Amino acid sequence: MLGRLSWAAIPFDVPVVMIAAGSVGFIIFCLLALVTVKGWWPYLWREWITSVDHKRIGVMYIILALLMLVRGFSDALLMRSQLALAAGHAQGYLPPEHYDQIFSAHGTIMIFFVAMPFVVGLMNFVLPLQLGVRDVAFPVLNSVSFWLTAAGVLLVNVSLVVGEFARTGWLAYPPLSELAYSPGVGVDYYLWSLQISGLGTLLSGINLLTTILKLRAPGMGYRQMPIFCWTALASNLLIVASFPILTATFAMLLLDRYCGFHFFTNDLGGNPMMYVNLIWSWGHPEVYILILPAFGVFSEVVATFSGKPLFGRRSMVMATMAICVLSFLVWLHHFFTMGAGADVNGFFGIMTMLIAVPTGVKIFNWLFTLYGGRIRFTTPVYWAVGFMVTFVIGGMTGVLMAIPPADFVLHNSLFLIAHFHNVVIGGVVFGVMAGITYWFPKAFGFSLNERLGKAVFWCWFFGFYLAFMPLYMLGLMGATRRMQHYANPHWQPLMLIALAGALLILLGIALTGVQLAVSIRHRDRYRDVTGDPWNGRTLEWSTPSPPPAWNYSHLPQVDRPDAFWAMKQQRGTAPDRSVPRTYETIHVPRNNPTGFYLAFFAVLLGFSLIWRIWWGAGLGLLGALAVGLMQAWRTHGEIEVHADQVAAFERLHGPKGRPV
Amino acid sequence: MSAAGQGLATAQEVPLSLRGPAPTRVVAGYGFWLFLLSDIVIFAAFFAAYAVLSGENAGGPTAADLFDKKHVLIETACLLASSVTCGFGSLAMQSGNRTSTYFWMTITFILGVAFLSLEVSEFRHMLEIGAGPSRSAFLSAFFALVGTHGLHVSVGLCWLVVMLLQVATLGFQPMVSRRFFCFGLFWHALDIVWIGVFTIVYLGAHL
Amino acid sequence: MWLRAILVTSAAISMASCSEGVLDPHGPVGAAERVILYDSTAIMLAVIIPVIVLTLVFAWWFRAGNRRARYRPDWEYSGRIEMIIWSIPALVILFLGGIAWTGSHDLDPPAPLGESVAPLDIEVVSLDWRWLFIYPHEAIASLNRLVVPAGVPLRFRLTSTTVMNSFFVPQLGSQIYTMPNMVTRLNLQADQPGTFEGLSAQFSGDGFSDMRFDLVSTDRESFKAWVGTTKAQGGVLDARTFEALVKPAKVDGVQSYGQVSEGLFDSISSGHRTAAAPQRGQ
Repeated sequence: MLGRLSWAAIPFDVPVVMIAAGSVGFIIFCLLALVTVKGWWPYLWREWITSVDHKRIGVMYIILALLMLVRGFSDALLMRSQLALAAGHAQGYLPPEHYDQIFSAHGTIMIFFVAMPFVVGLMNFVLPLQLGVRDVAFPVLNSVSFWLTAAGVLLVNVSLVVGEFARTGWLAYPPLSELAYSPGVGVDYYLWSLQISGLGTLLSGINLLTTILKLRAPGMGYRQMPIFCWTALASNLLIVASFPILTATFAMLLLDRYCGFHFFTNDLGGNPMMYVNLIWSWGHPEVYILILPAFGVFSEVVATFSGKPLFGRRSMVMATMAICVLSFLVWLHHFFTMGAGADVNGFFGIMTMLIAVPTGVKIFNWLFTLYGGRIRFTTPVYWAVGFMVTFVIGGMTGVLMAIPPADFVLHNSLFLIAHFHNVVIGGVVFGVMAGITYWFPKAFGFSLNERLGKAVFWCWFFGFYLAFMPLYMLGLMGATRRMQHYANPHWQPLMLIALAGALLILLGIALTGVQLAVSIRHRDRYRDVTGDPWNGRTLEWSTPSPPPAWNYSHLPQVDRPDAFWAMKQQRGTAPDRSVPRTYETIHVPRNNPTGFYLAFFAVLLGFSLIWRIWWGAGLGLLGALAVGLMQAWRTHGEIEVHADQVAAFERLHGPKGRPV
Repeated sequence: MSAAGQGLATAQEVPLSLRGPAPTRVVAGYGFWLFLLSDIVIFAAFFAAYAVLSGENAGGPTAADLFDKKHVLIETACLLASSVTCGFGSLAMQSGNRTSTYFWMTITFILGVAFLSLEVSEFRHMLEIGAGPSRSAFLSAFFALVGTHGLHVSVGLCWLVVMLLQVATLGFQPMVSRRFFCFGLFWHALDIVWIGVFTIVYLGAHL
Repeated sequence: MWLRAILVTSAAISMASCSEGVLDPHGPVGAAERVILYDSTAIMLAVIIPVIVLTLVFAWWFRAGNRRARYRPDWEYSGRIEMIIWSIPALVILFLGGIAWTGSHDLDPPAPLGESVAPLDIEVVSLDWRWLFIYPHEAIASLNRLVVPAGVPLRFRLTSTTVMNSFFVPQLGSQIYTMPNMVTRLNLQADQPGTFEGLSAQFSGDGFSDMRFDLVSTDRESFKAWVGTTKAQGGVLDARTFEALVKPAKVDGVQSYGQVSEGLFDSISSGHRTAAAPQRGQ
């Protein structure tokens, strides 16, 4: 009746899990109770859950990512503390059966449910505003994408309490991930939650790509498009081209596990090496999907706070597109040690190094944007300078490992771990934090507390170095990754320093919470009344904070990059004749529960498939189909905002002389 | 003040990319094209797996043993013909002719079902003689590639039924004709993928 | 006082990392790889240290409060600078690319290590979660310990029984994956006698962390003596006893086998015995 599901699936005998699950369950219960008692459900349902507004969806992505950051980071703390203890004959407190799930969950959650939602959330919020349009190309699809990602998040977290998670590492190589060597439900949780959220990401990629290519303000050609939009273009191109590979590869592994196929099995002709090639053909573009928008954030931040245009804009764009193309030609550097031969290894080593060229160009362009500027040291600038200093070290160690013989002694070691955390934290996390701080006032109408913001930065900055420089050394000393314990007691002091670094980062995360609370409490003091708190250069700063649902009462006419900066220069010299007095009726997409309902059935489908509850899976599919049909017949998808409503809004929120 | 508002003569001088947001029909079609490209990448991955595994028959039946050229030819004829009839159906829809639309799309449906039944019968036969997907890696790759295409055709047929119902209940309003256009793109794309399958899998077997 | 403590600790740690592992090679492969590591790092540091310094200098000098700095609000392009910023990374990468290509060929794992001394053939099988080393010409085998003669090139052929692993002795150099139904090849050499740590560098399941072995390098006489003792006292390793080894078990000490069936490795690596692959329990 219930497939493989039984009470034995719940680990009553593991206190850590029971306490963690109990606490989280209690917190969720309190939150739900609070919302119910205060009567906030109609507001939440109308304004957030069923919203198809890109600004709301962007914020929800970021909230989801922040929550999962806490989960993924708890896994990191468990790993660091285990390794700080398990030296010599000591076994630590996490036996391999649990430790293996923890590091697998850590990687999976951080990449798919923290970094991706952060980046997609930022792109969602910013792109239509920077492009000078009202929303993304497919608003309902946008909501579907978000909720499918949330469905994946739910499934991954349920695996903590009901059943187990994969014990294979975050990429689940076969043969280890095949049924013979992972007979439990762990790998199935991994595969289904990623298939569901992967579909969401792919749809998001299509949505944002169509938006950038087909929905821009009049006069905004590619040469006038902001640099963040260019990096988002490259990132979404990569999503559309690479995520289908992930979907297909996971489908093959699922067919092996569920239907006895032999894509990657040890017997009857299966080829595990093919999985490694396929998965990294997705995996390498994936890391560029994450870093390119972060690069875009830094371009915006450095230019804005230096008070000058981005240096070398054209070469910046060329470098971005070069990175986009090259990222598909380097995947083998993830497995130089699989024995492909000198010519193949050499080719991919050289291709990998080539990416360092456009990346280096970008660093220099940021450097020369700073040069000759009048730099205001706000929190986003701290993150940007911290990035420039930190990321180049990670880039260096990456180019080092791109030399095959160097990789032969460093592959899968803690040196590798240090390298990719170096670029992901120094690049993606720093970029996302900069972006969140930078665009927060636009989203919510008030800025974040600066002092706490800088404190958060320092915690992350020093925490990162403390946590990962020892890992570079340990890798050189012969320490490999995914160890649950180690024999060499010399390594323990370094592990302890790494734990200290992790605790410092924990402080940074906690301070982020404090910063949010303080900023919300004192929001009247930090209110953004002009819509342009940073003296910005791009169009989003020409809207009120927060913008109305329709973003722009009149789509701006653009004729050069940094369009808002140009408007501000002109305003200074000539009377503002560009403020029209007439407004038109604006059509705004109506709320739509399709995304939320689809996600519900996706969770039902995924959970049922994981536990082999076939009738549940059937129900999930039928439900999803029904939701789709309901959407197909929905004919009134838009609300009209009448001209006088728009005019009234502008009178209230548009300061005089702002070209709206 | 958009350039387009200044009259047709001026609008023609403004390049498409500078005229502001594209109309909904263009946006919908463009987005669907991007989806189709991503779908083709999925097929590309299955084609790659087939290329790698096509020789791994683990001592079992090989491609040459199994594939019946005549059977596949009829299948292909059905699918390609259904593309032609789909084309006629799209033309009928564009000219607003309901009866013609129903007629041609029904024929498309029947041809699609014919294709699927031929494919299912081929699969059933292979399962009966012990040449199912769990027999060898080659057969796994075959069933996955051809099966994925068949799954797409099945989804397409369901979509076609829904589209006809939408025409019946909602008429030829812009939303419906946009979706019809996307369906046409989907159906023709499946044809193109089938030509790849036909060439690489079935013709490739006898090389 | 804090500064001194930090400096002393850093120095101690740096020295520690130089006296074991990858930066303390005891063979020609590892030594060549260390040269590549040092040279490449030095070349790249020559670029990134100035970049880091310039970043901090520019950020500080051009801060808004510094009225001595010249504000150039419209300066956004310079052809000369463009040429330089494309050239610097390109030149560095050109050079390192050359190292990558030549290094890739010189240190290709299957490439033999010189022809003056006859190599010793060793066959490696990674099990769950132990290492089996077969000496095909001596017809002996050893579990969890690899005894080799110093100064002799070691010609490895490697495979796995169940999942992927990676054979790695950091102080001798390159690692290589072991994969079921496949044979990978590696050449290493230990220049002097000594004991070096070996491990698996590809995660393979619950017993992975214990999957360690010692590579014991001895002089020629001691090696011959060890071979003799093993032949006399070691157990039998044939298809049947091998099946017992294949069952998952965490490391269980060193064992030696004095009678090894001929062609055992070939039958393992060609998959002729994987008909009943051992399942792992929940």
